[in-house]
Amino acid sequence: MIRRRTALLALATTATLALTACGGGGSLEAGKSLDPDKLTIYSAQHENLTQAWAKKFQEDTGVKVQIRYGSDSSMGAQIVQEGAKSPADVFLTENSPAMTTVQNAGLLAKVDEATIAQVGKDYAPSTHEWVGIAARSTVLVYNPSKITEAELPKSIMDLQDPKWKGKWGAAAGGADFQAIVSAILETQGEAKTATWLKGLKDGAQIYQNNIAVMKAVNAGQVPVGIMYHYYWYRDQALSKVGSKNTKLLYFRHQDPGAFVSISGGAVLKSSKQGANAQKFLAYVTSKAGQNVLATSDAKEYAVGNGVPSDKALEPLDTLEAPDVDPFKLNGPKVIELMTAAGIL
Amino acid sequence: MTSRRGRSNPTPVTVVTASLVVAAVCVLPLLVVAVKAFDIGWGPAWDLLWRPRVGELLRNTASLVVLTVSLTTGLGIAAAWLVERTSLPGAKFWRVLMVCPLAVPAFVNSYAWVTVRPDLQGLGGAVLVTTLSYFPFVFLPVAAVLRGLDQSLEDSARSLGLGPWRSFFRAVLPQLRPAALGGMLLVSLHLLSEFGVLAMLRFPTFTTAILEQFQVAFSNSAGSLLAVVLIALCLGLLTAELLLRGTIRHARLGRGAARRALPARLGLWTAPALIGMGALTVLALGVPLGSLVYWFRAGSGGLTESAFDPAELVTTLWGTLRLALIAGVVTVVAAFPVAWLIARRRTWLSVLVERATYVASSLPGVVIALALVTLSVRYARPVYQTSVVLVAAYAILFIPRAMVSIRAAMAHAPEELTEAARALGDGPFRAFVRVLVPLTAPGALAGFAMVFIATSTELTATLLLAPTGTQTLATAFWSASESIDYAGAAPYAAALVLVSAPLTYLLLRRPDEEPAL
Repeated sequence: MIRRRTALLALATTATLALTACGGGGSLEAGKSLDPDKLTIYSAQHENLTQAWAKKFQEDTGVKVQIRYGSDSSMGAQIVQEGAKSPADVFLTENSPAMTTVQNAGLLAKVDEATIAQVGKDYAPSTHEWVGIAARSTVLVYNPSKITEAELPKSIMDLQDPKWKGKWGAAAGGADFQAIVSAILETQGEAKTATWLKGLKDGAQIYQNNIAVMKAVNAGQVPVGIMYHYYWYRDQALSKVGSKNTKLLYFRHQDPGAFVSISGGAVLKSSKQGANAQKFLAYVTSKAGQNVLATSDAKEYAVGNGVPSDKALEPLDTLEAPDVDPFKLNGPKVIELMTAAGIL
Repeated sequence: MTSRRGRSNPTPVTVVTASLVVAAVCVLPLLVVAVKAFDIGWGPAWDLLWRPRVGELLRNTASLVVLTVSLTTGLGIAAAWLVERTSLPGAKFWRVLMVCPLAVPAFVNSYAWVTVRPDLQGLGGAVLVTTLSYFPFVFLPVAAVLRGLDQSLEDSARSLGLGPWRSFFRAVLPQLRPAALGGMLLVSLHLLSEFGVLAMLRFPTFTTAILEQFQVAFSNSAGSLLAVVLIALCLGLLTAELLLRGTIRHARLGRGAARRALPARLGLWTAPALIGMGALTVLALGVPLGSLVYWFRAGSGGLTESAFDPAELVTTLWGTLRLALIAGVVTVVAAFPVAWLIARRRTWLSVLVERATYVASSLPGVVIALALVTLSVRYARPVYQTSVVLVAAYAILFIPRAMVSIRAAMAHAPEELTEAARALGDGPFRAFVRVLVPLTAPGALAGFAMVFIATSTELTATLLLAPTGTQTLATAFWSASESIDYAGAAPYAAALVLVSAPLTYLLLRRPDEEPAL
């Protein structure tokens, strides 16, 4: 009986605690949606960078910000499914295809002209429905102890050759990689892309994400890997734990593997805080906002007028990127081709 | 039964209604997934289903299930026999150690193994890690049966001329069948829903592929179609277990107490048996704990990429525990009417309600989560992206854990006691509060604890459903380990192990009860 009493007491305490927990403050409040008074950002960009921007913006303007993190394609599709009732005010991506998906669904508002004018003319679509906020380059990371420079591929297209079977890594399931594939599709056409993807399916080691690719190359598990540049520079600047045994190769020569991807920012048409949302984009593309990017550990390229990127990086204008229109990259078609190839 | 029905009170409408609501909520995700899967039309759906990738996932999933289930069954039965039926020194000690691996979430175990062997991957790695994480699911029920087994059957077999081995296979093993099958089913269902281990070891199965589809396209038909295949696999396993279990019951007939089994003398085999048990303990417990220590030291040596923030760990821990608390209470409350109905009014309807909750919870977290995302984004906007949806997912996934304990406790609260209270003038509610609640409180509390622990270590559903700004121990661990920041993940891994540790106690406390995990 005493044990039962104790148990009953414990149960009652638990129930009370749970009820208190429900009524308490914080983000876990049961039944409570996002705070409608705060500016809601759906961000597929890196957490540190988004956080740095949001914090500074909040200090400068007093506008409170809340951020939901996700990945490009997933969040783009999510906003489309949420439709006109999306809780998002601002959408930040790492690559352009997800932004194009939302734009094609007619869900984006026009970005203020003054904001568009703050970035280089190549960094905003002609519709002015979103604006570039950063850029990143495709690279080949390799482990010199596993492969000599002479043996490295000359083009990303070489990797489909059976002689590369099992010798290259890629984060094929991620949005970054899908953006690279969309550049291949844009420059090489559908048939060649499908063949290349088949080579990928048969020959590549698939990793969860770019960091895993880099660390596998660093550990010598696979000699080369495809990824974006900034993971390497960030690791070099911090601990070097994941990249000390590796080097980067830029394909250049307008190779599809030299693709430079543009990260975007947009305001949702459905936003009830349109003015603040526009203010946020204006801040992110301003000299101050772009300097946050250039001086942080993000190591992405700045796209604001007159804002130099981090000096450690290979200058953007020497990368000889392929001539693709970032505003036409076809996300859904890429996913269709990757599904057909059995990668997704 | 009929006479009982005849004199007892009519079944309260509120209880029936509540049970039906609970069952409906549990079954809803199944329907949503099926509808979403086929809303692109049969033709395209068929094309998405009938493709090499699905075959590849099927092959991977099947080989993983077959290999791991075989190994866990072998290990589980062997260890249980050594602990319960032989002269193995320190049996009590080993019994605890064999259950302890359940306190290390499987995805933490894979992180530990990748630390020791960075090249571990694919089927081999997946089988190794899942076997070490899941063999206690077979060990526990088999050990419970072995402990209570009557020696006389084995004696008869021996007296009829069978040697010790053959009498074990002929007389003991068949009696273990229901328990072992139950354990095997648990292992298989866990394998079908496993995400963390398989993503980390780069071995794609249906669950990882569904997560990947979610990354690519949020809630789409391709993902839902894969989920339909996964549902079919789960239902297939549940049916197979029912068929294999058969209708044979093993029970003692006749009077007299069962003779306690005499432990088999290991003799010269003592040393190899001890070495074997020791090796299993090192692999299943030593590796994860050792790796944690290693990363803690590496982290304090500056090997981590982002500075560790103790305040963030505390916030995350508090958030996780609070979520688990709410989920635990909600689940126990939801389980109560169903448990009452099944214990007190066993009709086809109550059995159906009970089965419905079991089927839904045997589905992988990713399927439930995908369904709830699809459902809430379309039809339940006010709760979309709130912890209400997340708590609902936890309740659907873990309700059997609460129900098993509450049902067992109901046995200690015979209906006559409630009737006596009513006869003495209590209203139905007062009788409920004064009689049923105190008598079932220990069971409810045990059920609450099981749900609480399961919730605090849940990964897949939480990844999809966490409200904006919410991170739990599991998701924080995952985001660090996904970036291969193993030192940064270590504090969260340690917290996960600490939160799960009481599970060992809960499972050993009632050794004869079949665990509902």
